[in-house]
Parts: sequence; C-alpha cells; structure tokens
Amino acid sequence: MPSANPATAPTRRDLPTPRSDREADRPWVVIVWNDPINLMSYVTFVFQKLFGYSRAHATKLMLDVHQRGRAVVSSGPRERAELDVMRLHEHGLWATMEHDV
Amino acid sequence: MIRARRLRRGRDGSWQLRLPAAERDLLRTLPSQVRQLIEAGDDSTRRLFPPAYADDVAAESEYRQMVGRSILASHTEALRIMESTVDAAMLDDEELNAWLGALNDLRLVLGTRLDVSEEFVPLPPGHSLAPAMATYSYLSMLQEQVVIALASGFEK
Repeated sequence: MPSANPATAPTRRDLPTPRSDREADRPWVVIVWNDPINLMSYVTFVFQKLFGYSRAHATKLMLDVHQRGRAVVSSGPRERAELDVMRLHEHGLWATMEHDV
Repeated sequence: MIRARRLRRGRDGSWQLRLPAAERDLLRTLPSQVRQLIEAGDDSTRRLFPPAYADDVAAESEYRQMVGRSILASHTEALRIMESTVDAAMLDDEELNAWLGALNDLRLVLGTRLDVSEEFVPLPPGHSLAPAMATYSYLSMLQEQVVIALASGFEK
C-alpha cells in the first residue's frame, strides 16, 4: 500500500535507538471499514479527492473495503494519520487508526 | 424512480440543477431536520461522528477534543449550504461539493434510522417505513449522480 506521504516514511538507522524512539517511528495506519450506507462510487471519490489516488487505485481500495471489510488507506506518523482520519470523518467514512504491527 | 439526469454542466463550468419541484420540496425539509437531530445529540447521528481510536478511550477523548468541533462544523455547514441553495438553478463546484456531503449526511442518518443492510430489501406497500425508504432510495440516486458529476473533474 503506498503511503499518502512517502516523504515521511520511516528510514533505516545505523545506530540503535531507545525503545521509545522506535515506538514513535512505527507508522500508524488509517483503516476504512465497510458500512452498508456509503455508496461504492462515493467511497472511491473520497479516496481520490483526499489522497490524490488514481481512479484505479482508489477503486481497488474501495473494493477491499467492500469485500474484505476493511482497507488501509494511508500510513505515516501519528499527526498525519490523525489528520487523514479527521478528513475521512468529515466525509462521513468510517475510519479508525492504529499503530502498525 | 425516474433516473433522468439531475445535473448538467453549463458552458461556464457551473452545474445546472434540474430538479422537479417535488424533489426540491423534499430536499428543503431534510437538512434542517438532520441539523436539529445533530444538535439534540440524537443517536441516529452517530455515524457522522465515528471513533478514531477503537480501543483507546484516552486517545479517543483527546481526538474528540481536538477535532470534534471541526467535524461538526463541516457537517452542519454542508447541510446549511444545501438548505440555502435548494431552489438554485445553478450550483458552482463548491456548492455541489457541499451538496454531496449533505446528501451523504442525510443518508447516514436516515440509513441508521432504517437500519439498512447491504442487500436491498424492498418493503411491502403500506409498511410504516416505506416512505422513509423511498426517500433513502431517492437520496442514493441523487448522490450517485452528484458523485459521477464531480468525479468527472478528476479525469482532466
């Protein structure tokens, strides 16, 4: 899954870092869940509008949501993920975020 | 339901809104009803404010405090714009985007009240929820047309 913000993707480090830093480096993922109300066309539209995804990629994510029940639509640092969730919520999509494992 | 095109792009790029009077009358009453439900904190509006953190009460409360007001404003503003342009002959892109959000909000609330599922189950005529289901179906049809209209802008 491409990141919505590749510039902020974690980079490899040569020196060991304290545990708390490594925790902070683990990206957060934004998940959109299936729901029976939002139209498939609307969900695809919102992915294109908010993340600039191509129609093909947005459609693939929408179908993942529809068929598998959920899809990761973006990932990155916590603040970035929170902003993405907020924008999805403004558009009425059922989005949550969690720390990637 | 007659699926005539409700939207047509004008020469200047704005959208011609081709809605029969009966449809405008329906759309006139719904946004204020939903805004009142939001203000009252009615349970049917819960889908407009989903949780960001499913398993973290503290983080969720922080999230609400930080963005709750902004999400609320986004929903009510879209409903307000739809209400104030319900009789318009033309809509600009911004207004049509507001309509898209408002139509989605109306469907989220109505769909929650109707407890709709993915499989469409027609109600028998005379069922007490049949009129609400007809409204829901109409809103779905109209929203689909608005999505198609606005999505055409991505293909340029």
